[in-house]
Amino acid sequence: MRRNGTKLARVCLLAGAMGIFFWSAGRAPATAPPGGHEDPRREAAAPYQSEIGRRGGRLVAALRSEPKTLNPLFAADAPSREVIGLMQADLVHINRASQLTEPALASSWKVSPDGLQYTLELREGLRFSDGHPVDADDILFTFQVLLDESVHSPQRDLLIVGGKPIAIEKRGPRTLVFRLARPYGAEERLFDGLNILPRHLLETPYREGKLAQCWTLAVRAAEIAGLGPFRFKEFAAGERLVLERNPYYWKTDAAGNRLPYVDEVVFLFVPSADAQVLRFRAGETDMITRLSAENFSALARALPDAVMADAGPGLEYNFVFFNLNEPGEKTPAVQARRQKWFREVKFRQAVSAAVDREAIVRLVYQGRGAALWGLVTPGDPRWLDAALPRPARSLDRARELLRAAGFSWKTESSGESQLLDADGTPVEFSLLTSASSLERTKMATLIQDDLKQLGMRVQLAPLEFRSLLDRVFQTKEYDACVLGLASFDADPNTDINVLLSSGAQHLWNPGQARPATSWEAEVDRLMEQQLAARSFQERKRLYDRVQEILAEYQPMIFLASPHILAGAKRSVGNFHPAVLEPYILWNADELFLRGTGEKPAP
Amino acid sequence: MRPAPGGSPRHRVFVWLVALAVLHALVVFAGVISPYAPEEQDRDHAYAPPTRIHWIDSRGGFHPRPFIRPWLSLEGGLGEFAEDPAQQIPLRFLVAGAPYRLLGVIPCRLHLFATEGARISLLGTDGYGRDQFSRLLYGGQISLLAGWLAAALALLGGTIIGTAAGFLGGWADDALMRVAELFLALPWLYLLFALRAFLPLAVSPLQAFFLVVGVIGAVGWARPARLVRGVVLSAKERDFVRAARGFGASEGYLLRRHVLPETASVLLTQAAILVPQYILAEVTLSFLGLGVPEPAPSWGNLLASLQQYSVLASYWWMCLPAVIMVPFFLGYLGLASALQAWTGPVKIAGGGSGSAE
Repeated sequence: MRRNGTKLARVCLLAGAMGIFFWSAGRAPATAPPGGHEDPRREAAAPYQSEIGRRGGRLVAALRSEPKTLNPLFAADAPSREVIGLMQADLVHINRASQLTEPALASSWKVSPDGLQYTLELREGLRFSDGHPVDADDILFTFQVLLDESVHSPQRDLLIVGGKPIAIEKRGPRTLVFRLARPYGAEERLFDGLNILPRHLLETPYREGKLAQCWTLAVRAAEIAGLGPFRFKEFAAGERLVLERNPYYWKTDAAGNRLPYVDEVVFLFVPSADAQVLRFRAGETDMITRLSAENFSALARALPDAVMADAGPGLEYNFVFFNLNEPGEKTPAVQARRQKWFREVKFRQAVSAAVDREAIVRLVYQGRGAALWGLVTPGDPRWLDAALPRPARSLDRARELLRAAGFSWKTESSGESQLLDADGTPVEFSLLTSASSLERTKMATLIQDDLKQLGMRVQLAPLEFRSLLDRVFQTKEYDACVLGLASFDADPNTDINVLLSSGAQHLWNPGQARPATSWEAEVDRLMEQQLAARSFQERKRLYDRVQEILAEYQPMIFLASPHILAGAKRSVGNFHPAVLEPYILWNADELFLRGTGEKPAP
Repeated sequence: MRPAPGGSPRHRVFVWLVALAVLHALVVFAGVISPYAPEEQDRDHAYAPPTRIHWIDSRGGFHPRPFIRPWLSLEGGLGEFAEDPAQQIPLRFLVAGAPYRLLGVIPCRLHLFATEGARISLLGTDGYGRDQFSRLLYGGQISLLAGWLAAALALLGGTIIGTAAGFLGGWADDALMRVAELFLALPWLYLLFALRAFLPLAVSPLQAFFLVVGVIGAVGWARPARLVRGVVLSAKERDFVRAARGFGASEGYLLRRHVLPETASVLLTQAAILVPQYILAEVTLSFLGLGVPEPAPSWGNLLASLQQYSVLASYWWMCLPAVIMVPFFLGYLGLASALQAWTGPVKIAGGGSGSAE
């Protein structure tokens, strides 16, 4: 989907089973979230303490599909990013467990008092995985390429702050200065995910305008290098991709041993979730993630020896939204009448009050999920507005709201009660879901039954994901829709494209020229303010207000967030899934296999 | 002709008909036999296993009236249940319960059996805690009716087109048969996908039902049309038909009186073959999410949850809709072969068939 205008928004629509994910990071501490809404069954996540591992062995994981590319400039699909994440490194990295930034290729950084200038100091003795030394010119080259419009890197948007591209300047062999046009609220997390490219390999193709043809899956191992813990070894189409240990990797463990521990990481291409479960059961893969709650419990029962980890709620939020677009001339009369109901705030509040979120958590996620009343999940406790009301389900309140909005009921001959609008029209509408997402289809079925008790007749319309997006964004011919979004960064900026009224992913009424309602105008203002605010407290105050506005006007009726569920063989050391992507491979350099290989050299 | 093993062909037809009637009665009277409405959710008992029926209590005492113990959800182990030993809930028979319409018209509340205080689910519950037994019976109504209506539609279309082709002959015959061949050659499952995708976005279960029936019937007319054409072609050349024509009988009279009756046996056998085939077509469509939408049950969408490995592996009672189809299909196919045995010799006898009636 094209991002137009709004910058920094890296929220991704969940494409059902196909899940097109992007990832980056966040920095909220992983403490228990405030409030008593946390699922008691969630195992307390112990802080991650890495263990000194053993050298050697190969780790096998599965990918849902082949990566589309190994070029970090163009990677947009989850498998590509997962593989590239192991081969490349960024200047400042966000630790997926602590959700705090930590030095990566930059050993330190300073922010000027006005927030406009970042001075980064490059680590000493860095070498690419082919042994070529790294200097400040590689960083200059990387940002030059990223900012070059003719390259069309999807990450370019991230480097436009306050309408202007970031300016980079070399101050010494290892010192770099980044200048921003406007203070940037999320500060140094900006650098996470921006992989440093080897100038000695890519400059010629860049000059020739052939960057897009570089580092495809047909690449030869000698032509690709990075600063990540692993480097490319081989690729067998449709079968596997093998990475080997990068001998020049810059990180060491607490005992001073050079990381990573394992010699090889093998990715098998296993197309469906169920097939991945079977491969893991058969012992063919060492780790598995993105498990559904059902598969998680099935594996826990079948493999008492495996380590099954529930990392708690992730950043995915699922919600219902109604079509709040301005009815145009071409809008059919039936749909226009329905849109009149949807635009009534009390109608949406009534739907929200009638939805049984606890049942969704129980039946869809088997209890391995969290009920939601806002878009910030308990997986992101730092930004969660603890004061947000979390009203229990109340059909009485829902009926009261509907009555106040002029709706009434009549009893049908079948004995069922039917909701009527002020003109006496029966309230009936359809609810879109992605047919490939069993979980959201299940949510829709539960909501259908919840709303039946209010006398609303809801018809489910499971659609192929592409045609669903087409209806929501292009034709705008729909009534309501159940959808999920995954922020991949525990920061308000990731959702900005959803929240701004001009945003392309402002689902209920996308790409408005000017805010359609006063509350949308206020959200716009608050989001712009937090973007430039300097202190966390100030940003938090502004973002809390955004969450409150959403809770009041219910443009999205939030439902639930699933836990991040993963599993590994007991022999995998330092296995510690995070709620940020990549869930299990974020610490791939520290993963090791017990009982194999040799002891690390002293 | 020697009687086939198991009695005369006529007798075998009768036996299969009775068996099918009994099976269909279960489905037709789903409202009475099932204890609950098929959409009714019990969100505290999702994927609960079949309720056990007891006659003997914990102290060994025998109860002439069977009782059940409700499932308790085990804390911690989700989707795991244990019987509550403290409770004994007797089964009650022929009691009033959830309202329904008998045969789709008569409002009724009578249920064959029910329990008070806890739900009884003879065949377990699905992911929403809906009673699988009730859904299975109600689902049969939709699947069987879809099969029947689609078969009727296909046969009607097939008879009209086949008769026209056979009776008119010449270029009309050629044209119609080429079209029929085209339809036979179509990959119809994919055609159904394509057709269904064109249809309106949100359809009520009733609309979806008629769409499915219409689509299956519209695609299915070709095979019966070819069969009917063959029968009509041979029938119109028979001596008694020629004789009638010679006596000045009109074409309409010939068709009505002599030709169409000849097709009856073929059509009956075809019907017995097509009904299960079209039930299966409906099941396939619903299984793939293109048939009757939630919450209305059909055998196909009851089976749809089996697409998940975990459901298939953990909840065996979710496979029962597949099992229940077997006796139905067996019944229809048995009937078809019995019908063929009964009516077959008549056809083979060819020109002399007039006397066989």
